[in-house]
Amino acid sequence: MHEEEVLGKAYDGKLMKRLLIYLRPYKWYVVLGILLSIIVSAMEAVRPYFTKIAVDDNIANKDEQGLLWTILLFLAVMIVRGAIQYLNAYLTQWIGQKTIFDLRMQVYEHLQQRGLKFFDKNPIGRLITRVTNDIEVLNDMFSSGIVMVFSDVFTIIGILYFMFSMNWILALISLSVLPLLFYGTFLFRKKAREAYREVRLQIARINAFMQEHITGMMVDQVFNREERSFGKFENINASHRDANIKSIFYYAVFYPAVEIIGALAVALIILSTGIGTISATITLGTVIAFLQFNEMFWRPIRDLSEKYNVMQTAMASSERIFKLLDDKTAIHDPAEPVMLPEVKGEIEFRNVWFAYNEPEWVLKDISFTIKAGETVAFVGHTGAGKTTIISLLSRFYDIQKGEILIDGVNVKALRLGDLRRCIAVVLQDVFLFSGDISSNISLGESAISQETIERAARVVGASRFIERLPARYAEEVKERGSTLSVGQKQLISFARALAFDPKILVLDEATSSVDTETELLIQEAIRKLLQGRTSIVIAHRLSTIQSADKIIVMHKGEIREKGTHQELLSQGGIYYKLYQLQYKDQEVRTVSSA
Amino acid sequence: MKPLLRLIPYLARYRKTLILGVLTVVMSNVFTVAVPLFVGRAIDIMKAGLSAGNLKAGDLLGYAGLMLGFTAVAGFFTFLTRETIIVVSRKVEYDLRNDFLSHIQKLSLSFFQNTPTGDLMAHATNDISAVRNSLGPGIMYPTDTMMTFTMVIAVMLYQDWQLTLMALIPLPFVSYAVYRLGKIVNVKFQERQDKYAELTTRAQENLSGIRVVKAYVREKYEIGLFKSLSMDYLQKNLVLAKVQSIMWPLMFLLVGLSLVITLYQGGLRVIDGRLTIGMLTAFLGYLVILIWPMIAFGWVVNILQQGAASMGRLARIWDTPPEIQDSERTDYSIQTIEGKIEFRDVSFQYRGAQNPALYNMNLLIPQGSTIAIVGYTGAGKSTLVNLLPRLYDISKGELLIDDIPIHQIPLKVLRENIGYVPQETFLFSDSIMENISYGADNGTDDHVREAAEISQLVSDVDDFPKGFRTMLGERGITLSGGQKQRASIARAVMRQPRILILDDALSAVDTHTEEEILKRLRGVMQERTSILISHRISTVKDADLIVVLHDGEIVERGTHAELVALGGKYADLHQKQLLERELEEL
Repeated sequence: MHEEEVLGKAYDGKLMKRLLIYLRPYKWYVVLGILLSIIVSAMEAVRPYFTKIAVDDNIANKDEQGLLWTILLFLAVMIVRGAIQYLNAYLTQWIGQKTIFDLRMQVYEHLQQRGLKFFDKNPIGRLITRVTNDIEVLNDMFSSGIVMVFSDVFTIIGILYFMFSMNWILALISLSVLPLLFYGTFLFRKKAREAYREVRLQIARINAFMQEHITGMMVDQVFNREERSFGKFENINASHRDANIKSIFYYAVFYPAVEIIGALAVALIILSTGIGTISATITLGTVIAFLQFNEMFWRPIRDLSEKYNVMQTAMASSERIFKLLDDKTAIHDPAEPVMLPEVKGEIEFRNVWFAYNEPEWVLKDISFTIKAGETVAFVGHTGAGKTTIISLLSRFYDIQKGEILIDGVNVKALRLGDLRRCIAVVLQDVFLFSGDISSNISLGESAISQETIERAARVVGASRFIERLPARYAEEVKERGSTLSVGQKQLISFARALAFDPKILVLDEATSSVDTETELLIQEAIRKLLQGRTSIVIAHRLSTIQSADKIIVMHKGEIREKGTHQELLSQGGIYYKLYQLQYKDQEVRTVSSA
Repeated sequence: MKPLLRLIPYLARYRKTLILGVLTVVMSNVFTVAVPLFVGRAIDIMKAGLSAGNLKAGDLLGYAGLMLGFTAVAGFFTFLTRETIIVVSRKVEYDLRNDFLSHIQKLSLSFFQNTPTGDLMAHATNDISAVRNSLGPGIMYPTDTMMTFTMVIAVMLYQDWQLTLMALIPLPFVSYAVYRLGKIVNVKFQERQDKYAELTTRAQENLSGIRVVKAYVREKYEIGLFKSLSMDYLQKNLVLAKVQSIMWPLMFLLVGLSLVITLYQGGLRVIDGRLTIGMLTAFLGYLVILIWPMIAFGWVVNILQQGAASMGRLARIWDTPPEIQDSERTDYSIQTIEGKIEFRDVSFQYRGAQNPALYNMNLLIPQGSTIAIVGYTGAGKSTLVNLLPRLYDISKGELLIDDIPIHQIPLKVLRENIGYVPQETFLFSDSIMENISYGADNGTDDHVREAAEISQLVSDVDDFPKGFRTMLGERGITLSGGQKQRASIARAVMRQPRILILDDALSAVDTHTEEEILKRLRGVMQERTSILISHRISTVKDADLIVVLHDGEIVERGTHAELVALGGKYADLHQKQLLERELEEL
């Protein structure tokens, strides 16, 4: 079974205690809500009492004036009751919404602070479920749950009070069917819950089957499996139908049964009036009031039994949320951070060893230095460890052995924010957020003015296409930038890096091919981007490699060759082969397109 | 409401049950309506007895018994109503869902590429549920409401028409309020859902782009954005709460108003002696019976509207005709195919595309030969082989199998004789056994083993505790990329096809295993036609003919030796792969 489907107990003291902490800021509203519930319950319970007064005091004594007063008072109570009930329903929703807002923000902030290691092991889909669904489930508990339980209990108490104060013998007689009602409700809830679980299970099967066979429809068709797949589906679909029909049965029995139990109570009340001792003490109005009480009992009992389900799902969800909140995977700021007032941009890796999962070393004893302002290109076959190097520089992961230094200071001694602010990273897969062009360049940084944004776009040559867009910099960017071409997205990401004007630039060049015109634009943009800053480039372009001050060749987690393009070519080693494989064609292409 | 008319044939299937259901509604109402009358009579007896001081339980027994008995009988009919009408709605749901799947099974690949899976899933679940919901309650409640209404009102009118009319004044407002509020709630609910989707999307984007967020130290800003979206969502929820919260208090008030009018006017009549106290009690009892139907009436109107909207969406899918199917040109006398393939000036263009994906393709593949297709991504290799099982139909030219135009071959015969290993391996969450014998009608365990031997999967499978019974996917194990490809090859081989297509199906298999697989395939495929697509020279070098595709056209063709000698694209590719191998060995 899925983690998401597991239902535990309906009450867990530890979890409940932790959940109630979230209600603390609103405790006075909760108290108000409970008070209002009591008032509403009392007014609800008093209703049949008015009928009794009307019948016994007014109608029996032919007091028309009195009847009018009773009725008007009755009406007034109902209006007030309606108003309070409305207020209370809104209040409880408000409490619930406020509480889950706080909880959601806490979970979200917690997520933002996790290290990349955390995201490597937790699928995004699951995390989103925590931030959305799981928290939504708790809303039911916080809003309706807690306050309404009080309301139901008080309604029952109120009804009992009036019944016993009017006539205790008759009260006992009407309550005599209660065990039957309780037992019936209990039995129904149990059966209905089982049936519901079965229905859920079958729905999950239908969904899984559908999902799989829609995705794999081509396979079904090519292998002539339509009929047999259909037969399988029919079976699952039939199980779903039958599970539903079973659940219909419980409802079909239950509702009439409640009616019959109610009728039994009415019959008992009517008959008991004929018993000597009772008939001596009752009035007609009391009997009529009791008939109404009898109908009112049923709702709060049903509500209470429903709360059981709400609690059960809430407990399961809160357990998952708390588990997430208890995960402490993060990279922390040092206790006493070193400040770098003026970053020069010198980088040094000193005997660095790193593994995502020890002992599978991805980097083995890596050492190199990059002087301020230099451009270094990293080349190597897939899996050589190039991408890991740039992740480590920004301290997305902590290394196991060795040291990484910026301007001679260990990156672990710097505040994370300070470190990352002096490095701009341009990743291979450009990630655009939904919003507009400007917000994608500035990433919402208020220190970056619109002029800076536009200047950056101009420098990297992105302004040409941006200015042709209908809304220019305010043009909407859809999710993942789906309306923009690969080349356009890259130019935007260059503008982004430039707008942040970092001392150190990290560039993981995209491999995807673009048309010649865009290619030339990109090459020019990269040239400008590298100017005047320390740059680490994972190069896929010949032009980038040729302009680098130094080339570092990586192979299987180790540095194998270092030097300039010409030096390395003449060595005839790994670089020479890589050149033949990846870069030589570009030479031909550049020549032919020029 | 018009789309709901399409449901008539579905309902007609269960007409007997439905008629029975409607009858039970009538019966349960007949019995329910009598109950307050019995209570009223009992009260009158009680009154007389109480004032005379000689009330005996025996005097009341008759009416109490009748009341209980009638409630029980009415209850029995209510039970039957649910067991007929609601059960039918579930059966119709079942039929609808079956028909939905069987229809989309006939639709062609291009439909699925243009329709997000999520949309189809939503149709199959939400929309069908909404239609079902409008069916059960949509039949049960209106019938019930009408019956209750007519009967109760008839009885009430008969007793005291003036009091009845006065008591009923607030009730239409109940229906109207439920209807109106229901509508507003739906709108507000949708607005809330939209915000929720926005919130989810933002979380999704943020977490997918977490590297950028962290690299540029944008965590605080992202939290701020999410906070304002969360706040909007909170507001939408509160607006919804405002509307929803008013529902019940308003209901109680309107119903209470009815009660108050009855009590006052009825009370006056009792004082005047025009009405007995028992009848007044009966009237109060009737009002309680009427409340639910009045609420249900407004509610049902909304449900029907939603059902109609959903049915409209489903109808659009049902009205999508299958693009590729047998036609009047199909020659059903064709029972099998041999495997000779010929492309004559074939062009193919994807719908909505600027340029053709294949252009003036001329290619003859003799029966029993092995041909290989190489070329860059996007050159049209997969497109070319997708035309053979008719996943797409050609746009121009002629495609012949055994010299017969492909359209004339029954689709079933054509596909039965093709073993296709697609580029993206797709296995089902089922046992390995089931997956391999997927396309074979009468495959025995030995056949499965044999196929797995050819594709070099046997030793892997034998290492699994449950062997061929091992489950794949969510409830089982995850195969590696190479294992998946080999399973997919076994599945195709299992069919003993006349034409075998391997679309880059060995990319995740190491070169040694690849060689073994190809060797064995040559054995089984001796008399059969094979088409291999690959980026790897090692896969294609022994083919009878190698074709190089570039931008939808054949640019080079020949054997390995011929093409290497030619010094073109193929030779270049060959050169690079030699280098790559050297690098790997360093």
